[in-house]
Amino acid sequence: MVEEAKVVLLGSGFSMFGMRAKIALAEKGIKYEYMEEDLANKSPLLQEMNPIHKKIPVLIHHGRPICESLIIVEYIDMVWPNNSPLLPSDPYHKAQARFWADFVDLKVYHASRRVWISKGDEQEVAKKDFLESLKQLEEFLGDKPYFGGDTFGFVDVALIPFYCWFYSYETFGNFKVEAECPKLISWAKRCMQRESVSETLADEKEVYEGILDYKDKFMLN
Amino acid sequence: MASSQEDVTLLGAIGSPFVCRVKIAFKLKGVEYKYVEENLANKSEQLLKYNPVHKKVPVIVHNDKPLAESLVIVEYIDETWKNNPILPSDPYQRALARFWSKFIDDKVVGASWSAVSTIDEKEREKNVKETFEALQFLENELKDKKFFGGEEVGLVDIAAVYIAFWIPMFQEIRGLDLFTSEKFPKLYNWSQEFLNHPIVKENLPPREPVFAFFKGLFESIFASK
Repeated sequence: MVEEAKVVLLGSGFSMFGMRAKIALAEKGIKYEYMEEDLANKSPLLQEMNPIHKKIPVLIHHGRPICESLIIVEYIDMVWPNNSPLLPSDPYHKAQARFWADFVDLKVYHASRRVWISKGDEQEVAKKDFLESLKQLEEFLGDKPYFGGDTFGFVDVALIPFYCWFYSYETFGNFKVEAECPKLISWAKRCMQRESVSETLADEKEVYEGILDYKDKFMLN
Repeated sequence: MASSQEDVTLLGAIGSPFVCRVKIAFKLKGVEYKYVEENLANKSEQLLKYNPVHKKVPVIVHNDKPLAESLVIVEYIDETWKNNPILPSDPYQRALARFWSKFIDDKVVGASWSAVSTIDEKEREKNVKETFEALQFLENELKDKKFFGGEEVGLVDIAAVYIAFWIPMFQEIRGLDLFTSEKFPKLYNWSQEFLNHPIVKENLPPREPVFAFFKGLFESIFASK
């Protein structure tokens, strides 16, 4: 019998990018070894496996590294196609899924960061940009249960980890996502019913405490 | 049969390296398409309709279905027209090809553009340094291959058309050395092979008008100092 090649995932703390990889692996039922990285003190393994960016997540399979969260998720989907396909088989829908997953990185991520990092006018602009990006996603979601249609898919995996950060954005920015994007919150709660998601997402209060900690250590007030 | 001769339109702009990527991909597959030149200072209703999210080129419309983002489009082209594959079939090699294409977008394009267009000297120097670092990674990745894709042009080569054609043009206009044969001999040789590839050659924009456009653009940036 051929032994399954070892799968290792390097991740860190509350990273939504690391969570994407974890959710994908869980959806596929893949056993793996998780290694928590201290990003203030990067391990030799991380530096060897991702010398270019020195970032997490990194997936190591057959001893070879795959970097960048969305690339990792596509790799997982291709190598383990039998359970829970994440990308549609139709090229057009696949391309749309890639477009919107990239959109999450281009627009949602950067605006959300500015929400908890900045203050005053800058923060107001960040809030506006963040909510605008969520509204655009909501429009693409439409009446579908998931971004993947009837099944949980690539864009769902790309976006859902941000849900455990919403509490932090809302607290720092003094707003509620549900007020502006109720459909998106329904979608998020639906995703949370999946074990792969509920077991992976961090506790939102812990994320908030983590950000306070980070701000304390690294940012001047 | 044959999904090949269908209704395909490309909305583009002559000076865009991202549009060029799509043109090369279409030609590698032998796909005929209708080209529409957009005036980016006065975007058409069609562009705003087909790419409401980013309002940018390139956009393709295939049988009335629009797609945006150059690398998403190139992968779509590869999956729809199966001849002359652009991406490797092996999952690991595919992941690597995607990684390096993304690297070009994230690390080379931004830094090199800022290096030639930023007024502030310190910022410019920082971006020059970042561009050198990024190009060095690509130099190392190329090793002894003819193309990033191996013997044939692949996704990373197509993504890197920006490095082969646009960076040399920018550095000539601005009198800055970013990408030279001395600093990056392997990458430089690659660029010459790539630019002379029969299909790539045919699909590069005409140098003079694009040069003139960017020269004018840089003049206005630096004049408003």
